[in-house]
Formats: sequence, C-alpha cells, structure tokens
Amino acid sequence: MRIPWWLPVPAVLGGLFVVVPVLAMVGRVQWGSFAALVTSPASLTALGLSLGTAAAATGIAFVLGLPLAVVFSRVRSRWVGVARAVVLLPLVLPPVVGGLALLAAFGRLGPLGGFLDAHGVRIAFTTAAVVVAQTFVAMPFLVTSVEGALRSSGDRYERVAATLGAGPTRVLLTVTLPRALPGIASGLVLCLARALGEFGATLTFAGSLQGVTRTLPLEIYLQREVDPDTAIALALVLVVVAVVVIGATSVRSGLRPVTT
Amino acid sequence: MSGLRAHVVLRDRDVDVMLEVGPDECVAVIGPNGAGKSSVVEAVAGLVHLDAGTVSIDGRRVDDGRHHVPSHRRRVGLVGQRPDLFPHLSVAANVAYGPRAAGVHGREARLRSDAALAVVDAVALAPRDPGSLSGGQAQRVAIARALAADPAVLLLDEPTSALDVEAREQVRAALATAITGRPTVLVTHDPIEVVALASRVVVLEHGRVVETGTTAEVLGRPTSAFGAAFSGLALVPGTATTTGIALAGGGELASETGTEPPGRPVLAVYHPTAAVVTRDGAGVARRVRAVEPRDGLVRVRAGELVADVTVAQAARLGLASGDAVRIAVRPDEVDVYAPRR
Repeated sequence: MRIPWWLPVPAVLGGLFVVVPVLAMVGRVQWGSFAALVTSPASLTALGLSLGTAAAATGIAFVLGLPLAVVFSRVRSRWVGVARAVVLLPLVLPPVVGGLALLAAFGRLGPLGGFLDAHGVRIAFTTAAVVVAQTFVAMPFLVTSVEGALRSSGDRYERVAATLGAGPTRVLLTVTLPRALPGIASGLVLCLARALGEFGATLTFAGSLQGVTRTLPLEIYLQREVDPDTAIALALVLVVVAVVVIGATSVRSGLRPVTT
Repeated sequence: MSGLRAHVVLRDRDVDVMLEVGPDECVAVIGPNGAGKSSVVEAVAGLVHLDAGTVSIDGRRVDDGRHHVPSHRRRVGLVGQRPDLFPHLSVAANVAYGPRAAGVHGREARLRSDAALAVVDAVALAPRDPGSLSGGQAQRVAIARALAADPAVLLLDEPTSALDVEAREQVRAALATAITGRPTVLVTHDPIEVVALASRVVVLEHGRVVETGTTAEVLGRPTSAFGAAFSGLALVPGTATTTGIALAGGGELASETGTEPPGRPVLAVYHPTAAVVTRDGAGVARRVRAVEPRDGLVRVRAGELVADVTVAQAARLGLASGDAVRIAVRPDEVDVYAPRR
C-alpha cells in the first residue's frame, strides 16, 4: 500500500513519544556506580524474585490459560462469550482494583482465603501472592494471543484428523497446538513481560516485604524516594530484560507479514 | 453386511436421502449445488449429526439420530476438494497420521504409509513438505493419507474439482487404484470421473434422491432433469407410439429404439447437436424461449426442446425469443425408453 505523504509525521511523533523518555532515563544513569548499584544485595534479591515469580506466573498462565483459549475459540455457546468478557477483565481493570479483588478472595476473610487458612495455607502477603497477582493480570494476554491464533487457523485440519481416527486429545496435541505455536510463543512472551512489570496488584495483594514480595518494580518505586540513582539503574535493568523478552518475537514477526 | 447403508435426515438443511454402497462398489452422488451432496458425506463422516434416520458402516450403526458415534470411531476416510494436508508435518508423517492414531508406531506405521503412497504413485514425495507440492501431488497424498487409516468407507467429496485438467487425470488414475475393493461414495460434477470410477449413480435435487441407476443407465437413459443435463442430453417426456414418442408438449419424434407398447408414458433423449432447427421445414413446431451461447455453439430453447446450432446457422435463421421454429431430430439419434422405478 502507498501511504499518504503526511502519515510519517504523526508516526514519527508516536515513535519519539515512546523512545525519548526511555533515552532520557538512560542518559541519567550513573555509569560509574552502575555495576555496584545493580549488584547490591537488595537489587539482586529483587531481580531474582521478579524473574522467579514472573516465570512461575507465566507457567501457571500457560497451564490454565491455554485450555481457556481452546474453549473460547472452539466452543460455540453464548455463555462462552460471557465467560470470555469476565476472564479478560484484568486487561482493562486498574491493577490496584485487581489486587483488591484478590485480597477479597484470598484474604483471611475471603471465601478462598478462609478455606486455605483452615488448612494452614496463607497466601496474602507471601511470595505466592506475588505469583497469584502476576498470573491474574498477565494471563489474559496469553489467552487472547492464543485464542487469536486458534481462530485464524480454523478447524478444517481438526476435522480431517478426526476422520483419520484421532480422538479429541490427540487432535489437540498433534494438530491444534502445533498449528498455534507462533501464537502460543508470542502469548507466553507478552505474559512474561506483563508479569515482570506488575506493580499495582502486587503491592495491594502481596505488599512490599524485602526478599518476599518486593519485586523489581516495587524496589524501583521504593528506591526512587531514597536513592534515585539506584532506581534509574534498576529501571534500566528492567528495560533491558523487557527488550530482550519482547525483541525476539516482535522483530521476527515484523519481518514476515502475517498471511492467512 | 459390509459397506454403507445410510438414511440421512437433516431437518435444517431439508435433506432426506437414502444411500447404499456395497462392499466393492463406488457410488457417484451427483446433483446441482446445494442439493445436499456434501451434507450426506458429512453425515456419514460424523461431522454433522443426523436428526433422524440411520448410518451403518460395515453393519455397525454409527448414528441413529439419538446416539452419534464420533468421527474418529467411524473408520471413514474423507478426501475433500482441498487436500488439507497438515502443514506442520512431512508428507510421510501426514500419511502415517492415521496408523499412529490407531496405535501403530515406528516401522509398522512407516510401512503402511509407504504402501499407501505406492497406491497413488507418490512414494518419492514422502520426505517432502506439503507446501512444496503441486495441487495434484497434494491431492494424491491426501488420498494416500485417507487410505493408510484403512477406512471401512471412503468418502470423496469433489476430489478433483479444484485441480487443472492434467492434475485431474493423475488424481483420477490414483483414485481408480485406491477405491478398488473399498466401498466408496464419490461426490462429483465431472462425468468423466463418474464413467471412470463409479458403478452406480444417485442423483440428488433439493435434498432428495430423484434418480438412481447403474452408471450406464443414468448417463445414457436419464430420468431426471439433472441426470440428463449431467451427460449433456436433452430429455423430453411423452407417450410411446409405434414409431417413437408423442411429446407431452405436442408433436412427435420418431425413434429407432422404441420398444415400449404404444400408450405407455416414456422418456426420450437426444443430443442437442443432433437437432435441426428451421423456420418452416420438417419437425415439431415450438416457440423459442431463449437463445444462449454454449461452448462455441448457440443453444436454442424452444418449448421443452433444446437444440444446439452453429453460430452461422443461428445468424442465418436470425433467431430471437418468441419466434416460431420447427425442430427435427433424426430417428437414429432419438432414444425412447420407459422411466425406471
């Protein structure tokens, strides 16, 4: 398509809008003390906690979100539409509200929290709470991405597989999921990136206990008050991690236009 | 009994069709678009559920309108217009998919896949990627894939209609080998395919069977409008006379084959190119209903009669709708017979 001559103007402005703040932050990094700031015990603890919890959240989102995506894309029922709207709510909900909701459910007085408490399990304000908060907020990204891939691939291969004698489980594992692999991969990446950046729901539901629930975004927010240089340095680490995570998939998909 | 017995009733598609296929038989199902041909195939394959009726495969009831055996437990092989080879698997893995689903693994699955590829003359394609195949090659592999699952019934839903002429010929040859000894339903728009593969023909119109018979009967002496159009014949109803047929629309055509007792209701067919159109010569008087181009000729529809004349003749006659014409057909070109059933 030939684009209108004026279109690059707002497009470039849009790009700058994102790039300039990030570059400005990079410019404020104290390179002399960068290594020391980033490798301080508090920083390393927060980074390790962030990576660990985000990986766990992505794993749970995969196990629970993939079946959701399959149901949303293959089951024809108006209830599916309702369920879909509810499940994707965290996409548009302020994370703080998500945190409050989780607290209501998993807090000691909540329906799930009360049950777990009676069995000696406490979730709120533990590392598990961080994982729950991240899963809650990040899973819809995986679900929408995988669902889109499944919808666009249609069900004609699945019908053929069934006539060849493959039962539903075999069809899912040998046809449906392999066909959706690119969507699953990009869904996992988006989910991981969103989990890494989670702040509001985590703070509300898990608090900010060093080494237990204080992930990198929380550490950055905290350091911003007392030690802006550390905050900037850690922010850069998060930017690099995000770029590495997102970069791999988006660069590749940018080179190859989507065809259906 | 082995083979297929189906009474397919699908209410929302207004389909009510009986279909029987013997153990070593290929039955062609023909009919205009929307007649319900693919619906019947989908019902047998278990891709749509019957509202009533039954489907029995190899004597086993797989659908009776209440209990529906799922597709993967029916042992049906389906080859559609598009090959739909799994794009993430090699040709060999595509063909071995059925055996693997049946719990056959490793060497044995590979042997079956090779055997099926050999039937369609595609062994050399085994290591290839489906995306690298031509349309005809891909369709042959799709046939091999269906065969490798050892189906009790083979369903071919317009297997060559998306292919060019050369590929059609190859796929038709592959099908001729593939269907041997296997009950087969062949949905098609191609008369050559029917002649080459089918022993019987079922004609559907508006979701109902309007004609059945052997391939020779349906193609040579059709009793339905679609059956006649399928083999390019003009079909006219009338009453037997000592010399031929008295047409229901008036007038008489002489025939050399009429053996029916006079007075019986009969049908007559002739090829439209055998009809001679004149302004005031011999033949049956009719009014022209329509004049339309047809494969390098001009098709003249006059009353219930049809004649194909050359463009030059049409120009000489100056035909237009509403004109009075006379249509004559040589007696050795007119076949008169009693309708079957």
